[in-house]
Amino acid sequence: MSEAVKPEDTFVDPYSIPLDSKFNVAQATLFEQDAQWGYFERLRAESPVHYCDESEFGAYWSVTKYKDIMYVDTHHDIFSSEGGIVIADQDEDFTLPMFIAMDPPVHDDQRRVVSPVVQPINLAKLEGTIRERVVGLLDELPIGEEFDWVDRISIELTTQMLATLFDFPFEDRRKLTRWSDVATANEDMGIIDSEEQRREELFDCLNTFSELFRERQKNPGNNDLITMLAHGEATKDMVDRPMELLGNIILLIVGGNDTTRNSITGGVVALNENPAEYEKLRKNPALINSMVPEIIRWQTPLAHMRRRAVVDTELNGQKIKAGDKVVMWYVSGNRDEEEIENANQFIIDRAKPRQHVAFGFGIHRCMGNRLAEMQLRIVWEEIMKRFEFVEVVGKPERILSSFVKGYSKLPVVLHAKK
Amino acid sequence: MPKITYIQFDGTESSVDAAVGTTVMNNALDNLIPGIDADCGGECSCATCHVLIDENWMTKVGQPSEAEESMLDLNPDRASNSRLSCQINVSEEMDGLIVNLPEFQY
Repeated sequence: MSEAVKPEDTFVDPYSIPLDSKFNVAQATLFEQDAQWGYFERLRAESPVHYCDESEFGAYWSVTKYKDIMYVDTHHDIFSSEGGIVIADQDEDFTLPMFIAMDPPVHDDQRRVVSPVVQPINLAKLEGTIRERVVGLLDELPIGEEFDWVDRISIELTTQMLATLFDFPFEDRRKLTRWSDVATANEDMGIIDSEEQRREELFDCLNTFSELFRERQKNPGNNDLITMLAHGEATKDMVDRPMELLGNIILLIVGGNDTTRNSITGGVVALNENPAEYEKLRKNPALINSMVPEIIRWQTPLAHMRRRAVVDTELNGQKIKAGDKVVMWYVSGNRDEEEIENANQFIIDRAKPRQHVAFGFGIHRCMGNRLAEMQLRIVWEEIMKRFEFVEVVGKPERILSSFVKGYSKLPVVLHAKK
Repeated sequence: MPKITYIQFDGTESSVDAAVGTTVMNNALDNLIPGIDADCGGECSCATCHVLIDENWMTKVGQPSEAEESMLDLNPDRASNSRLSCQINVSEEMDGLIVNLPEFQY
């Protein structure tokens, strides 16, 4: 009996198709099948700044080399974030303004309000809480019995963290996971049935947070994100601009949730695929410090960020017109052999592990980068104390998206430390 | 060669002979002085080489560019003598420069 081959399982060799304006890497199915690598490899080598004139997201430029990505990311005066930072445009009748999708000066004013929550001095205070929660979760896990790592560890842990940062009612924390998923979902992913449903759920999110916002206006909490928004000079009236409040809440939820979640899972996958590296780690758990940024580079949990040219400009020999959509493929820049030595290998003791574009560069650089690194470090420190092997025992299920690059399921079995 | 002294947050001092034309960041990295992360490698785009210049040396090191200004501005710990060390090129007249390192990089 032969197993039926689903059409999406078999992808054409990216080198067998013409590298013309129909060459399209922004296909969610490619990412779901982890089949995007060859496409990017070819673009980097043959057409590093590439124009695709036809996709479900309209025409767009792909920027695939590390240096060109760095250039676009650091020239916010040429490449604007205004109006959206993912390849898909927002619906005109449902736009969510958020500071990541704004240019200076409004971007700077709003970012400044919330960034202290992830200031290193505040992170130090959080470390104990994070460790306690990690320990609590890991100690409940079954040994020698299959379970889904994504749900029980990656999602649960990042959701607990997010609830702490917002001081969100702890027992309702899975609502945060749901809103994060809904916010980035498309109709093919099986998360929502229709755009109407998506909006309905997001309005529920808005109502919940508006209530919390008003409550914290009256009774400020202790350094949580909602209190900061409710009292920050540039944001204290945001509750009267509901779409903007919703936009920024979604930004913080997705930023703190999807990304770290998928890096926690990605690390387990990477170590299973590279047993020699796992062995290195067992022999020397101090390598966790350099392994953490390597996991983030390897996973690149957000595959791209989008900009729009505001003037006619040139990038690596290509003429980009004002108004053109420009997509920086972080997932590709992080595998650019010209900039990162042995970029296509997972090496937990690299010399310069933090040299990667997963957090972006310039004024939109990830605000929570140190928090993400800290969460991953603590997770791995506690895993290594307890388990000899987190064994992947089935095929990982990947997310159907060219933006959120991650996992929906990862079956594992734990082996106790000898 | 101009001498630069880096002072850690805990007070530890290290002095290095810096090469003219290289950056204050590079001299710290090359001499394995802790406290500077330099994630982007010196492109003025991550702000993890943040230093605090000794007040007496502020005029000698010059003014931050607009790009540096926009990166510094994102740092809640920014002070009046904050600079990104990748944006300071060492010159002969910087002999004796004193650079304080912050407790954390972002």
